[in-house]
Amino acid sequence: MSGHSNAYPIKAKFLTPTVWGLIILAATAVLIVLARLIFGIGSVTNLSNSTPWGLWIGVDVGAGVALAAGGFTTAAIAHIMNREEFHSIVRPALLTALLGYTFVASSVMIDIGRWYYIWHPLIMWNGNSALFEVGICVMIYLTVLYIEFLPIVTERFIGHVNLPGFLKMLNRPIDKFLRILDRGLNTTMSFFIIAGVVLSCLHQSSLGTLMIIAGPKMHPLWQTPILPLLFLLSAFSVGFPMVIMEAYISAKSFKLRHETEVISKLARFVGPLLGIYFAFKIGDMVIRETFVYLTEFTLASTMFVIELLFGIIIPLRMFLSRSVLKSPLALFIASSLVIFGVLFNRFNNFIIAYNPPFTDARYFPSIYEFLLTIGFIAFEVLLYRACVMIFPVVSKEDHQGRSTKYAIRWKV
Amino acid sequence: MSTISRRSFIKTGIAAGSVMLASPKDARPAEVKTLPPDRRGVLVDTTVCIGCRRCEWACKNAHSLPAGDITDYDDESVFANKRRPDDKALTIVNRYEKIGDERFPTNVKIQCMHCEQPACLSACIVGAFKKDDTGAVVWDTDKCIGCRYCMVACPFQIPAFEYEKALDPKIMKCDFCIDRQKNGELPACVEICPAEALTFGKRSELITLAHRKIELFPERYYNKVYGEAEVGGTSWLYLASREFMELGFLKLGTNPAPGVSESIQHGIFAYFVPPIAFYALLGGVMWLNKNRNRGEE
Repeated sequence: MSGHSNAYPIKAKFLTPTVWGLIILAATAVLIVLARLIFGIGSVTNLSNSTPWGLWIGVDVGAGVALAAGGFTTAAIAHIMNREEFHSIVRPALLTALLGYTFVASSVMIDIGRWYYIWHPLIMWNGNSALFEVGICVMIYLTVLYIEFLPIVTERFIGHVNLPGFLKMLNRPIDKFLRILDRGLNTTMSFFIIAGVVLSCLHQSSLGTLMIIAGPKMHPLWQTPILPLLFLLSAFSVGFPMVIMEAYISAKSFKLRHETEVISKLARFVGPLLGIYFAFKIGDMVIRETFVYLTEFTLASTMFVIELLFGIIIPLRMFLSRSVLKSPLALFIASSLVIFGVLFNRFNNFIIAYNPPFTDARYFPSIYEFLLTIGFIAFEVLLYRACVMIFPVVSKEDHQGRSTKYAIRWKV
Repeated sequence: MSTISRRSFIKTGIAAGSVMLASPKDARPAEVKTLPPDRRGVLVDTTVCIGCRRCEWACKNAHSLPAGDITDYDDESVFANKRRPDDKALTIVNRYEKIGDERFPTNVKIQCMHCEQPACLSACIVGAFKKDDTGAVVWDTDKCIGCRYCMVACPFQIPAFEYEKALDPKIMKCDFCIDRQKNGELPACVEICPAEALTFGKRSELITLAHRKIELFPERYYNKVYGEAEVGGTSWLYLASREFMELGFLKLGTNPAPGVSESIQHGIFAYFVPPIAFYALLGGVMWLNKNRNRGEE
């Protein structure tokens, strides 16, 4: 029941022209973070007393959490459903989730007024607050993600600890420590994997509960008591498309062979999942009779139609087509549409739908808000690239690979 | 294993079903904190207010905000715009002209309504808000992390944030002069009001008083006490000569301000039973699958 890891650190040149571009974007974000820390939130954002939450909460946090759903959805299918053919995609998905949540947490710290009190929710509880639930779950889940990643670190370094100079004497103890850690993780990993899935389901849905308390300030097209369910279902449906998109981009970027077989197997789940989400979204609209708002031509109705058409209907049709399932490029496009749809949905929920009753001007994010969000994404991509080159994350092509209890654990 | 087996499909179904169980359907309302019967309130009679804005001045002084000279407040040009309370002025007065009769405009003082069941209190991630026994909804600077969820939640769009401050920005809103009240003093705005448009007292008595006024002068008052039932009731109550929506008041339902959000929250987390059950279920599914695979090998 044990096999060899066929994941390996990718060998490639780190700095390419694209990477330089990303570094510049990331550096810009660092400058904006500094400005925010020195001059306050008001100096870099267009937030106001009428619009307290903007792009950073809507996209960096709202969409960030949703788009990191690949982590728990693949863990669920590969480990809980124990489908071995999917083990090769668990590590890339885990890494994305880990980086995604790290940036969600960083964005929250930038956005809250008193970033140095970020630990307060750990000891000051308010069980009535949906935000409290999201905060606690995200903190615990982030820890779980790091624990799930540890076996990859031990795998990389066991037998390879080679410190320079006088630190050499530490090589053996560190190696020994890593081996003990490894054994400990090996026996307890299922506990963390299940916890990760439960925590994800909880906070993905509670993220939807967040805006319910805004009541009539939220446009009726989005304001519904089943928002938590819609958020959860959309997180289910966006998890695999994220994995598919990433696999495609990594294959292109590192010139690897497309893992067509695994990917199209995975893609088969997307259609039904997206279909369920679509059914609930439409059902909710019919039951609450909010379709009347679609007859008027407003920003809200336009955004809603774009979200529905390009984010759900078109990709749903694509994922149900046999020829699309066979083509890496078509799958990439369809997955990108789903991702766009969920990102757009979070943006709409947190920003477009939010109509403060008293306001002078409609909120539009400032250039700095955009630059920070873009810079953080660039940062994440850079770290992803660095991690797959340092750690054994991406699997070699033959994944008949004997497997394992946990894909995150592939050692003998 | 190229197609989904019926067995794994059923398992997926069970997993999905248990998530659905945790949805709003089995939601229960959260417990409502019982408020002391003698909690205070203020009745604002907008038919009496003369728009002198002395309350704005007194409020700033009572809260150590830059207030300027009291004569500055005689300037009526500010009425050209409809203003909102913010981090520099916790209360403001707006003027609404009466179409066809400019001699009798209506002046409306705006500040925190001090809800009976406040949305800010329910929303706050760290529980920094408290509904005091006096009726005041107060904010605790030692807890607040500055997330501004209270501002998202407030149905009256009242809490303001000090966006310009890099360190220790505060949530600013009327605190019903809780410190003055504890010292046996009146709220600053009530104390200074020269027209006696503001009446401070027990909320229950103010409601009786308001209805009595409407009963005695039906031609003077629009037959409604704003705040008696809105979002489950507020400590501040208003009387007006015309339809409240014409005077910048929001049309809000009578359900408590936190709405269904708390019920959903408590539905998902009913004593941690749904999450633990879900955990156990996933553990079971995982175990079954592992054994199945072992059997096949």
